[in-house]
Amino acid sequence: MSAALALEQALNGVQLGVMLFLAAAGLTLIFGVMGLINLAHGALFMTGAYACAFLTRETGSFWLGLAGGALAAAAAGAAVELLVVRRLYGRDHLDQVLATFALALIFSDAARWIFGPQPLWLDPPAALSGAVPLPGGGAYPAYRLAIIVAGLAAAAGLHALIARTRLGMRIRAGESDREMVAALGVNVALLYTAVFALGAGLAGFAGAMVGALRSVQADMGEPVLILAFVVIVIGGVGSVKGAFAGAMLVGVTDTMGRALLPALFARIWDPATAAGAGAAVASMLIYMLMAAVLVLRPKGLFPADG
Amino acid sequence: MAEDARDTRATLALLAALAAAAAGAHALGEPFYVNMAARVAILAMAAAGLNLALGFGGMVSFGHAAFFGLGGYAAGVAAWHAANQIPLASWPVLVPGTDRMIVVWAAAAATGGLAALLIGALSLRTSGVQFIMITLAFAQMFYYFAISWPAYGGEDGLPIYLRNGIEGLDVYDPFTFFAICFVWLAATLAGTARIMRARFGAALTMARLSEARLASAGVDPFPVRLTAFALSGAVTAVAGALNADLNGFVGPSALSWKMSGELMAFVILGGVGRLGGPVAGAAAFVLLEHFLGAATERWVLVFGALLLGVTLFARGGLLGLLAGRARHG
Repeated sequence: MSAALALEQALNGVQLGVMLFLAAAGLTLIFGVMGLINLAHGALFMTGAYACAFLTRETGSFWLGLAGGALAAAAAGAAVELLVVRRLYGRDHLDQVLATFALALIFSDAARWIFGPQPLWLDPPAALSGAVPLPGGGAYPAYRLAIIVAGLAAAAGLHALIARTRLGMRIRAGESDREMVAALGVNVALLYTAVFALGAGLAGFAGAMVGALRSVQADMGEPVLILAFVVIVIGGVGSVKGAFAGAMLVGVTDTMGRALLPALFARIWDPATAAGAGAAVASMLIYMLMAAVLVLRPKGLFPADG
Repeated sequence: MAEDARDTRATLALLAALAAAAAGAHALGEPFYVNMAARVAILAMAAAGLNLALGFGGMVSFGHAAFFGLGGYAAGVAAWHAANQIPLASWPVLVPGTDRMIVVWAAAAATGGLAALLIGALSLRTSGVQFIMITLAFAQMFYYFAISWPAYGGEDGLPIYLRNGIEGLDVYDPFTFFAICFVWLAATLAGTARIMRARFGAALTMARLSEARLASAGVDPFPVRLTAFALSGAVTAVAGALNADLNGFVGPSALSWKMSGELMAFVILGGVGRLGGPVAGAAAFVLLEHFLGAATERWVLVFGALLLGVTLFARGGLLGLLAGRARHG
């Protein structure tokens, strides 16, 4: 593999990692602060993508669509929290899993109902439709590069929000002692809704950006949800820092595996077998990574206290 | 115990109702409804397998589709090799494909049990939310593997053109096939009841209720849980093999997270840790799917709303209505 191709694949890996971080950050925050496992998080990711595709089509502006996608997902998250999720905080994980699984079913079927079974297509904005030359002779799509930058900026913003603002202070307090935060007079109900909407908005933002890379369809949230779980388990449940490290590890491992394994296997087997086996093993690579982390550090790379 | 007796009575009544429904449909010459009853029996058996881990053992597995699908693929792959007369393995010993149900069941149970042993050995190092996420992730690993591995149909799945057979039985007769599934379901439930009354069941119950007390009684909880998890995977895998034979097809959808969620919903809708719970849950699902699915295109939406409503507002499951309050709330 040439250096230019390797750099391109590495960038693809980082781009996937950034997306996964945006999806996983909300999940891990929601678990960290409210102790809730949210299987409907992939549905919020999908909501962002649909809202972006719809608004872009109606207004003609991708940027309005992008902002609208994040806001729509945050609003959907807040509504879901107020109507349903709020009742689940005191319940055991079994009820949480079942109720949020039901929500995921409702969201994806509703999307199919409203927008039809055919996927929607969303074009990247004209300003970012070109390619950027890479050192070593290659070129990289400007839109993917913009996703990396936007994702890293969102990660930095989230870090600043948690580390420097009053809301962030309450989130951190909620992570270390939920009851005490309530006892100190913080409006916990409002805090929970805000955290849920924040997580949903991040996922919706990611979904809106990914929508222009792939098609927008009703079941697009499921693979993201599963990958976000893998990310969280690797990084440590409840830790935002862990989610970032896990997301980058998973993104780069998955992308590099898919690029390298078929070529590697081609040295042993004939091309057809190598392509099939390479793809199959590459699809399992991140789960092997997860298993390895579980054996070495059962609580993840950056275990959150509690 | 009185509540155990009530549980047993409700379970027997459910089984009798299922058998009567199948026999009635058979007598009226309605093979469609006989097949539907077979589907109930198969899904109930798969969920009964999950109930052993989830209900009785307290291990919230969101990955049982892995075992259901592996069992299905065991049946499909064995039948494919038999039909094409290609040996399954030629080294170190020659393993031919098979179209014998009994061999297929053994293969499915072994595959599912082994997979559950491996997944359990890794996942049981954790608990709570992590356990849920990890079991789900490992199940997805098999799902993506099935999609990307082209040898057995990949994304399109694997048709089973000729149903696997048993000497002396006409497995193409819907009622005979139902009877096979029904016997498996009844045996699973009887086996579960037997296990839960034994020393092992007591240890498993205590591993769920209080790990520390079990440990202080000198029993290590980990092997108890792992054994139950492997057994649970093996049972669900056999149900998966039966399902593949019923449909004449096995595809990646048997491994998907929706399947895991549905199995879990059967257990919880029926009543967690209740012997007959999976039967009630699976029967309710199949009936709803049939009648609501005929009435509306948006059946998934309606099912989601029902599931949400039941989870939020009605606790204890259907067995709670049939046989009184749950044993543990």
